[in-house]
Amino acid sequence: MPTLTEAEAPPPLAPVPTAKPPRKRGRWTPYLLLVPGLVWLLVFFAMPLVYQASTSVQTGSLEEGYRVTWHFATYWDALSEYHPQFLRSVLYAGSATILCLLLGYPLAYLIAFRAGRWRNLILILVIAPFFTSFLIRTLAWKTILSDSGPVVGALNALHVLDVTSWLGLTAGDRVLATPLAVVCGLTYNFLPFMILPLYTSLERIDGRLHEAAGDLYAKPFTTFRKVTFPLSMPGVVSGTLLTFIPASGDYVNAELLGSTNTQMIGNVIQSQFLRILDYPTAAALSFILMAAILLMVTVYIRKSGTEDLV
Amino acid sequence: MAFLNWLKRRLVVIAGLLTLGYLLLPNVVVTVFSFNQPKGRFNYEWQEFSTASWTDPCGVADLCGSLALSLQLAAWATLGATVLGTMIAFALVRYRFRARGAVNSLIFLPMAMPEVVMAASLLTLFLNLGAQLGFWTILIAHIMFCLSFVVVAVKARVMSMDPKLEEAARDLYAGPVQTFVRVTLPIAAPGIAAGALLAFALSFDDFIITNFNAGSTVTFPMFVWGSAQRGTPVQINVIGTAMFLIAVLFVMAGMVIGNRRKKQKA
Repeated sequence: MPTLTEAEAPPPLAPVPTAKPPRKRGRWTPYLLLVPGLVWLLVFFAMPLVYQASTSVQTGSLEEGYRVTWHFATYWDALSEYHPQFLRSVLYAGSATILCLLLGYPLAYLIAFRAGRWRNLILILVIAPFFTSFLIRTLAWKTILSDSGPVVGALNALHVLDVTSWLGLTAGDRVLATPLAVVCGLTYNFLPFMILPLYTSLERIDGRLHEAAGDLYAKPFTTFRKVTFPLSMPGVVSGTLLTFIPASGDYVNAELLGSTNTQMIGNVIQSQFLRILDYPTAAALSFILMAAILLMVTVYIRKSGTEDLV
Repeated sequence: MAFLNWLKRRLVVIAGLLTLGYLLLPNVVVTVFSFNQPKGRFNYEWQEFSTASWTDPCGVADLCGSLALSLQLAAWATLGATVLGTMIAFALVRYRFRARGAVNSLIFLPMAMPEVVMAASLLTLFLNLGAQLGFWTILIAHIMFCLSFVVVAVKARVMSMDPKLEEAARDLYAGPVQTFVRVTLPIAAPGIAAGALLAFALSFDDFIITNFNAGSTVTFPMFVWGSAQRGTPVQINVIGTAMFLIAVLFVMAGMVIGNRRKKQKA
């Protein structure tokens, strides 16, 4: 794995004469500045991954101890047993990401172009929930989506739940403990991570470009499609990554708002590690998740980085 | 037709405000239910109005202890991550050195990794080393994952700084230390403050990594997690509401001060 070898490399201690130093201050300075932080990351971020890699190919038991036996079958066993949870993680996190983009874009656009003197207040209201524990806010969704609550009542009256149940998103006239509740919670939890990068990239757009498009007889929607949206692509890419990656490893929403039928891979890793104490399987699952995400992210960045988008 | 036209023009605003409502709805519920007097153990259904929990927020065993622990952890994690992260950010922006690309990707990776992977791998390290799980393992973990975010925040600010200001200071015979303290640091301060604030919020609110590496230590998010199964005391809603209000006031005060400074300069 390329990322591992990179991380395993020792911190650059020796001073290296650079071709074009922008400054003439001591050549040691950058290394002195880097070493403490890098050592921290190498010891507590990179080294744990190495330990985990070794754990994933061990066999043994808690009582007798584990030994590295290069037992790669753990990966295969883990994958064949838990592929439904993997698939569910990708599906739920993917849906949440798309919903975040659809919901977050108008709000980011509103803050960037239409809010006027309300801009700071709205920004504060987007950021402030960060400071209320997300667990408390996720628990609040239990109240909002409760069986006898107004949301479920309204959805029932409008026969929305009949349709979603038919689609398999809900079960009967309940929303809690169904995929819909988990996706709703994930969307909610990671929405600010979509809005803020979108806002930053929208805010950078020169308003005169919109005027120019209008002068050239572009309708508002055409202006959006040909000017605004392409220019906001950096925000879209970083927003979707900031939403999808944490959402796919999350186990809090599935645990609090879901049921055993909505377990994601995070839930499995958590219970393998902390309850069942089957470390090799847990380590293997965690590595498969990491590899899958790195692969998806790389492909996505390649795709979105090219002119395919225009 | 007139209404449809009006709706068309306002579509973005309406959609945006609806999203804002979706974002704030849980906070409204948390606030409303902080005045509830639940009958059973669970505070999910409205029973009757009461201010009892507001007058006695520490009335639940271990709640305020866990809160104090989380604040303490967040303070130390913020300090550690901000110092280390600021140093890295300066090195990355101001100097050319070998392995710069590798350093950049090492900084980027923790942000591109699901928390559960980091949490699990850190636990394997601690288990292998036979470390005692608790305050120190949580602190180590928090500094680790806050570090990258501080680097990004500070880097953005330092990149937009004009190096000529420092050159000017040196031309006026300021020594390196004086230049740094009187010129560089004040200009970089907003970026460092943003990074520190982010680190504090991330550390204070972190659940997944703490859950794996806390042992039997209970931080505030872990207390909330545990209470979700045992029955959530109303006091949790009180603290949630208070945190929201404090954050809003804090950020607003920051913006007012910032605006005033801008006006003074103009």
